[in-house]
Amino acid sequence: MNNPVISANKLSLTYQTNDGPVHALQDINLDIKKGEFVSFIGPSGCGKTTLLRVIAELETPTNGTIQVNGMSASEARMQRAYGYVFQAAGLYPWRTIGGNIKLPLEIMGYSKEQREERVAHVLELVELSGFDKKFPWQLSGGMQQRASIARALAFDADILLMDEPFGALDEIVRDHLNEQLLKLWARTQKTIGFVTHSIPEAVFLSTKIVVMSPRPGRIANIIESTLPRDRSLDIRESQEFLDIAAEVRDGLRTGHADE
Amino acid sequence: MTWIVFALFFWITMWILNVRLANSGRNRIINLIVPALFGISLLVLWEGFVRGLNISPILLPTPSAIAIRFSTSIPILWVDFVQTFVKGALSGYVIGCSAAFLTAIAVDKSSFLKRGLLPVGNFVAALPIIGMAPILVMWFGFDWHSKSAVVVVMVFFPMLINTVAGLSAKDTIQNDLMQTYGASYWQSLFKLSLPAAMPFIFNGLKICTTLALIGAIVSEFFGSPTRGMGFRISTEVGRLSLDMVWAEITVAALAGSTFYGMMALIEKGITFWHPSQRS
Amino acid sequence: MNKLRFFWHKMGPVVTVLLVIIAIWYVATVWLNSAWAYDKAKRADTTISFSQMVSDTMIQDKPLLPAPHQIIKEIYKTTVLKKVTSKRSLIWHGWITLSATLLGFAFGTTFGILLAIGIVYSRAMDMSVMPWVITSQTIPILAVAPMIIVVLNAVGISGLLPKAIISMYLSFFPVVVGMVKGLRSPDQMQIDQMRTWSASKNSSFWKLRLPSSMPYLFASLKIGIAASLVGAIVGELPTGAVAGLGARLLAGSYYGQTIQIWSALICAAILAASLVAIIGTIEKYTLRRMGIQL
Repeated sequence: MNNPVISANKLSLTYQTNDGPVHALQDINLDIKKGEFVSFIGPSGCGKTTLLRVIAELETPTNGTIQVNGMSASEARMQRAYGYVFQAAGLYPWRTIGGNIKLPLEIMGYSKEQREERVAHVLELVELSGFDKKFPWQLSGGMQQRASIARALAFDADILLMDEPFGALDEIVRDHLNEQLLKLWARTQKTIGFVTHSIPEAVFLSTKIVVMSPRPGRIANIIESTLPRDRSLDIRESQEFLDIAAEVRDGLRTGHADE
Repeated sequence: MTWIVFALFFWITMWILNVRLANSGRNRIINLIVPALFGISLLVLWEGFVRGLNISPILLPTPSAIAIRFSTSIPILWVDFVQTFVKGALSGYVIGCSAAFLTAIAVDKSSFLKRGLLPVGNFVAALPIIGMAPILVMWFGFDWHSKSAVVVVMVFFPMLINTVAGLSAKDTIQNDLMQTYGASYWQSLFKLSLPAAMPFIFNGLKICTTLALIGAIVSEFFGSPTRGMGFRISTEVGRLSLDMVWAEITVAALAGSTFYGMMALIEKGITFWHPSQRS
Repeated sequence: MNKLRFFWHKMGPVVTVLLVIIAIWYVATVWLNSAWAYDKAKRADTTISFSQMVSDTMIQDKPLLPAPHQIIKEIYKTTVLKKVTSKRSLIWHGWITLSATLLGFAFGTTFGILLAIGIVYSRAMDMSVMPWVITSQTIPILAVAPMIIVVLNAVGISGLLPKAIISMYLSFFPVVVGMVKGLRSPDQMQIDQMRTWSASKNSSFWKLRLPSSMPYLFASLKIGIAASLVGAIVGELPTGAVAGLGARLLAGSYYGQTIQIWSALICAAILAASLVAIIGTIEKYTLRRMGIQL
């Protein structure tokens, strides 16, 4: 029960390019326990997206190990252990919203009744009920991204991996979606890995913040958040919040200074 | 003389009308009227000049003469149409495009084939394939089978190139999603690659409609039984009955644009989601 | 070492595919020509072994499918070994076809560009003519070739010009469509910027629209020249096949001279490939000088 859900041990990933080797990840050691909300934050090139992709077996490490749910990343992927949300919604334009959500369910072999039931359930979770017959281009950017999250929640995966999902949206929509995401997390009890550029977003959402620095991509600091699990947007003005944010900012600064 | 004057007057009037209409804005009705008026004024110009300058009918018949010849020759025109279009062009089109489609799927699966076959395919697509017509007539005989074979060769490579381009048109995020679902190759092919490839596939199908008709008609110039649009055109040209030639050309033009139009209509239904269909 | 691996990675599959094609060709040669070989032996009241049959299929006079080496020999015979001015020289025939192609292509491209400019700058022309240009692409224009040749011959225009007119017609449409697309390709921001500089229509054309249309122009030029070549070849068919590659094709098919047909075809193919390659090189050079990366 206390075994980490995601465990990286001396994880490294080096690309060979024309200008020499690029160390995207170097010696990453990290444990993520069940039910945690972990944010990865850092400047461009620090490897946060790469790390997320390694967990999802979208990239292969050149050294070290990665374990998901106690098995290799490859086995975990075939067992459909996680849902992935990208920076862009990536909805298939020839399918309705309902059709898009049914896509992973069709591939994984859920029955017709199960598919209908789950579509209705997740659309209600992201407050998009009634939009299942619409096409992606008929929805705004924020709504498309919500649909993308719904799609990742549709099947039974304990882990949710999100790569800067709200990056392309304006601040007002972003705040609203941040709140919704926390509510979702409380309801579904999933383990969430979340990559972001934004310090307030990272501090607001997470139980643990992993600060990374570039060249080579490595972990500069891991900060355990002392904020209560149940939080609202006003917490962003509290002293506790600002202290943690300052800690994150320091970690980022020292990471940069190492260059 | 009066004919020429009338024709020129009609032309200029229509042109002024068109300019007025064009500048008044674009809606669906005006978009249809303007080119239609242009086409009609061209026909009137044609009729007027041929009559006014007394051009011999063995050089250039009037549109009215062609229309008369057309309406009195429908049985022959129909036989030619069936021979060339239905038996030759259509069969070759179906065989050629299906073969290209299946080959494209095989090419997409193997990166080796992609690197080897595509440059060769691009090269062959630019060649004067119609030159193979005499060879294919020699192998398959005079009847429609050789014409069908020419069409198969003509449509294969453009269709192959377009389909291969289409199969790699899916974007990275959509592809990565398939990976995260642990989808098999075939699941990914049917649920992602093929739907995403449809705009390209239809682009190829539309181009090939024209190629098929041209291939069927021109290969008849190299040898044909006593029927077929190409056959009729070359023999009637020899007899200097140009009105019959123009009647056959009209049939060919109608067949070509209808075939293309049908493909475009099907395309609209299947690729409704693509930005080019929505604007 | 890296350069060698890169070269092999790019060219290796192509070379393999080509070798496989040649191998299949030889097998097909044996297969298709074997019937004739066995027939010949039967008529001479002898029997031939398999290997004798195979060697026979490679040297037949009027084979159903000539072997690659036979075609190469014939091309060599009619190009290198013949005087360029001889009526049997493939180079002479090739030049006849090529001259019609180039003339037609030059006219077609010029008129095409002019019409495209007219369509882009005049609303009335755009709405009247453009739909017809697009529709004409669906009409099998090549079918009209015999008529054009005969009609022009009747008014005394024969030889090079009628074929050039067919070529012109075929290269005209791709150039119009491509050029219109290209002249309209600058995005609204760039057009607005020209406005803020009070640029005249002339300036805007030469400095913005024309340069932006170059990639589109070259793409249609490649299609246009291939189409012009086909037009010239088909234009040679109706006049009873006297001169040119199309004429050689037709003559070969009348007299059953299959090797002659294939060598004319390969010659036409080489011509087409070279013309497209030349335009491709001009394109690369021009676009690089303009700073456009392909």
